[in-house]
Amino acid sequence: MLTNEQVLADINSKFGDYVTDVADPFGMLTFTTTREKLVDLFRYLYDHKEFQYQFLTTLCGIHYPDQVGRELGVVYHLHSLVQNHRIRIKTFVSIDNPLVPTLTGIYNSANWQERETYDFFGIEFTGHPDLRRIMNVDEMDYFPLRKEYPLEDQQRRDKDDRMFGR
Amino acid sequence: MDYNLATAATAPDKELVHYVNELTTINLGPTHPATHGVFQNVLKMDGEKIVSADTTVGYIHRAFEKLAEHRPLYQITPITDRLNYCSSPINNMGWHMTVEKLLGVQVPKRAQYIRVIMMELARISDHIICNSILGVDTGAFTGFLYVFQMREKIYEIYEEICGTRLTTNMGRLGGMERDLNERAITKLRAFLKEFPVVLQEFIDLFERNRIFMDRTLGVGAISAEMALNYGFTGPNLRAAGVDYDVRVHEPYSSYEDFKFEIPVGTIGCTYDRFLVRNEEMWQSVSIIQQALDNLPNDGFAADAEHYYLPPKQEVYRSMEALIYHFKIVMGEIDAPVGEVYHSVEGGNGELGFYLVSDGGRAPYRLHFRRPCFIYYQAYPEMIKDMVLSDAIVLLSSMNVIAGELDG
Repeated sequence: MLTNEQVLADINSKFGDYVTDVADPFGMLTFTTTREKLVDLFRYLYDHKEFQYQFLTTLCGIHYPDQVGRELGVVYHLHSLVQNHRIRIKTFVSIDNPLVPTLTGIYNSANWQERETYDFFGIEFTGHPDLRRIMNVDEMDYFPLRKEYPLEDQQRRDKDDRMFGR
Repeated sequence: MDYNLATAATAPDKELVHYVNELTTINLGPTHPATHGVFQNVLKMDGEKIVSADTTVGYIHRAFEKLAEHRPLYQITPITDRLNYCSSPINNMGWHMTVEKLLGVQVPKRAQYIRVIMMELARISDHIICNSILGVDTGAFTGFLYVFQMREKIYEIYEEICGTRLTTNMGRLGGMERDLNERAITKLRAFLKEFPVVLQEFIDLFERNRIFMDRTLGVGAISAEMALNYGFTGPNLRAAGVDYDVRVHEPYSSYEDFKFEIPVGTIGCTYDRFLVRNEEMWQSVSIIQQALDNLPNDGFAADAEHYYLPPKQEVYRSMEALIYHFKIVMGEIDAPVGEVYHSVEGGNGELGFYLVSDGGRAPYRLHFRRPCFIYYQAYPEMIKDMVLSDAIVLLSSMNVIAGELDG
């Protein structure tokens, strides 16, 4: 049975300078890495003889407007089916230069999920073969899951939502 | 229309070559009876052969992830109903378990067993739809009618549990809303007696049917490596020969108490997927039987008054219940800070919830891992060089649910 410490020690020995914010909320090893080393790290984990993190469970964006310089994040969940072990990897970029390298070269399943993340957060995946909007219309000129966009039209006067919603 | 005129210009008979090289464009969807949902494929056809497919999704996108950021935790349950609406209880329970993990609420065994019963019923109803519609798409309508009467029985059991049928909003944070009543147990027992007969009849109609086998055997095969790389989960992955099942790999809701097998296929073709689903229904029947026979007696809800909505009759009589009712309904109760990923084995794959809480009453971010959104992207590659009628059968056997696809 693989433990978080084993995995972390192995990753640290290779990518120690690029692994920060290590935690294990609810038992899942979580750490942050930089976009420069992202593809190398995933390739390493994919090819690793023992770990074999070959299943990209999910990939999604997240927006923290208060973290100046690293507002937008991408959260990856990896799963090693052989070892039955999951890890979570995050990377953060600035909202002015939201470029993250694509993982489509390693996982085919990253394709639409990266398109979805681009669609909702405006994170551009460099090297993606077909980076278009997927859920929203192509003409849309904003990224709706960013925190600055309210759920409803704020101009409406016919609804009093003070007691409801966030 | 794309005309390949490059060769036509130099060819001796211009007119003739023009016809030979012509590709036909066909819109499969967005509203096509064979797609069983709202999504579009623009197919380039060379005669009856598919040359390329361009997929458009998002027709019924309802911004669930944005909506969820503005709702107290318990109000998100009805959103999850509308993901895979063929097996809503699984989505509901998956969401409840995610939140319970974040809140640290321990659910009593009885509630967990009731949840297992409901989730397995939902799995049966999901597989019934997928397999019988696959029959319809190959031209066999009878099997569909046979098994759909059983789906009606399942919906009647849902009605006894939670009062609704399709979008169930079943259970609550911390347990179930009420105990299994006598009528529900009677209906469950009757279902367990009747369903195997109907399922066997359905299987007899299809599994060795020459026409059905000709249409499905070897159609749309996918290798285990490719299936994993495309993020396949659920019966589609197991048909390709990978025995990954969240119920076994990360048991939730006391699945470790039950004995069941994970059926796997060999080459991942349509016929394999059909067989895997049929076998899973047998396993589900066995799980329901085990859960019903060994139902513990330790209450159907956790003792978590901050999160579990009190019974209505209590609200009228006791002060605390009234206060907690008000606080929960108005969303006055904050969730702890944390991030949690929890997944359950949905009808068509691993349904995951990634919940980030910043200590507010609503999630800071909620992401649904929607299984068919992830595996449907393999479809254009799988149908390349296939004839159109096979592509329809393949689509049907992949169990793509538009509500879940678009989220």
